Amino acid sequence: MIRETFKMAVGWVDDRLGLSATLGPMLRHLVPHDARWWYVFGSATLCAFMIQVVSGVALAFAYSPSATDAYPTLQFITHDAPFGNFLRGLHYFGASAMVLMVGLHMAQVFLFGSYKFPREMNWMTGVLLLGFVLLMGFTGQLLRWDQTAVWSVVVAAEQAGRIPLIGEWVARFTLGGQTLGGATLNRFFAIHVFIVPALTFAFIGLHLLLVLRHGVAEPPKVGEPVDPRTYRANYQALLKKSGRPFWPDAAWRDVVFCVGMIAAVALLALVFGPPELGKPPDPSIIEANPRPDWYLLWYFAVLALLPHGTEKVFMVFGPLTVGLLLILLPFLAPSGERSPLRRPWAVVGILLTVTVIGALWVVGRKSPWSPNFSPEPLTAKIVGATSGPVFVGAQLFQEKSCIDCHLVEGIGGRRGPDLTYIADNLKRSDMIIRIVNGGVNMPSYGATLKPGELENLVAFLETRTKH
Amino acid sequence: MNENSLDPSQPCREPTREELTRRLFLGKISLGLAGVGAAIVTLPVIGFIFAPLFRREPGVWRTVGAAGDFKIGETSAVVFLDASPLPWAGMTAKTAAWLRRTSDQEFIAFAINCSHLGCPVRWQPSARLFMCPCHGGVYYEDGSVAAGPPPSPLARYPVRVQGGKVQIQTRPIEIQRA
Repeated sequence: MIRETFKMAVGWVDDRLGLSATLGPMLRHLVPHDARWWYVFGSATLCAFMIQVVSGVALAFAYSPSATDAYPTLQFITHDAPFGNFLRGLHYFGASAMVLMVGLHMAQVFLFGSYKFPREMNWMTGVLLLGFVLLMGFTGQLLRWDQTAVWSVVVAAEQAGRIPLIGEWVARFTLGGQTLGGATLNRFFAIHVFIVPALTFAFIGLHLLLVLRHGVAEPPKVGEPVDPRTYRANYQALLKKSGRPFWPDAAWRDVVFCVGMIAAVALLALVFGPPELGKPPDPSIIEANPRPDWYLLWYFAVLALLPHGTEKVFMVFGPLTVGLLLILLPFLAPSGERSPLRRPWAVVGILLTVTVIGALWVVGRKSPWSPNFSPEPLTAKIVGATSGPVFVGAQLFQEKSCIDCHLVEGIGGRRGPDLTYIADNLKRSDMIIRIVNGGVNMPSYGATLKPGELENLVAFLETRTKH
Repeated sequence: MNENSLDPSQPCREPTREELTRRLFLGKISLGLAGVGAAIVTLPVIGFIFAPLFRREPGVWRTVGAAGDFKIGETSAVVFLDASPLPWAGMTAKTAAWLRRTSDQEFIAFAINCSHLGCPVRWQPSARLFMCPCHGGVYYEDGSVAAGPPPSPLARYPVRVQGGKVQIQTRPIEIQRA
């Protein structure tokens, strides 16, 4: 009796809301029977977005988006609020998962040639969604509102300033005025919490609508190129012959993968927790070492490694060119073979992208271009003298910050060459020329070394030999 | 029954020229009115959001210490407030500069922002160099570029000595342009 009543109530609600009538055909739309595990990354990205929405809304219950209060509220969330540490971790690793999944989804679509006719707009809306994901990642890091966040805003404004004609306006818009201040955090909060998520929701809706309209692309087969004149008819015939309803025949894999991803994100949040907050957001604390989160660390490396004089052009036209190439990709190769076996350049492109970004990421983590501001002192064993010119030269090597940029037996910075065995490579006269004149990445010490200091410094460097 | 009424049992007929004109008019007036409604809401919103772009804050002289606090030939960090901080700005209203005393009455105040991407440069007194932690930019003690990617010298603040006090005039963060 109760069961019947419940069923009637559910039926009434379903009838009046039209849920089954509206969502049913969408859920049961036919998909190619062999669209299997390669196809789970899109729904995993959506799942990661939902983690972000849920954990973000929860964090907003305590987070105060004010320049004065944000830092203490984050301290409260992290250290005092029940589940606060976990939720911040969930939000952080959820963002990482979203970036990772959107990258995998994009790589799969590219390799399978699924961006070709008639799914050009699926790809283009996806590229915009990639941009929104990265923008959410960056603005999210700023909402952490510690010292790194504050300096990241300045770095972003400086990059925006390079845009021709409107650069300074964009930079001032980013800062929220002429300098950092009360307005800065508020606008990033509005962008991160309202504007970008609203755009993301809208474009996810459009993206899914286009998936329904054009169907899930079948796995590519060698020798079956896309021909816009026949593709749609062939695709419909394929679905009619061997298509499976999305729910539940294909959806179960999405569910399994998503739940696995949620478990992984939760585990990471539990084990590692959220990123530790840095120093307070006080722009007058000069001892800062701002670094972006991992997914933008490779770009941080690019900005350090650009040849001199090119950064002004690159900062604007680099991302613009990549964005335009991605958006226009379907028009560059709108038809033809989809199989990666017949598109070796597509495979090379993915491998090259992964390798370059991976290599830049590794370099970005080490940041060898940054001086080491607190190197360990050189030991007496390394110096090999306790008095005399060599000893004094070693002292000068540390006092004059040479050690901040050069390694000696593993101690020091990595900005310049390792000087452990410099005497094997440079003659005394060459050392003097380098020290006095400097170079592209080394300051000239000609004017700052007192008489006698240069001789002592060179005396120390001359001991740096294997023999 | 009125011939314009919607009766599903009646076969569809071609609309008359008069009906087409009327529909066209109604369509256009609806779109126009919607545009007016949207403009009423969005124009103030745009003005509100973009106002900081057009706000020019006059430089304000901030005292950073007594002249006697700074030794000739030395460079030290000084902290002062921005020109007109918002009430909730808190510590973000603070900024710093590197103040160098070059003679009895002359000072130079350098912005702490690296001209490459704005990171805060540090003064290394024994090396007499400013070094940037982000991408390895280096500047000499006069603010000129010594090494690395910075495209221009460190920006400077106007400085004056009044009544034995050193004062720095606030200014916007220097934005490098294309």
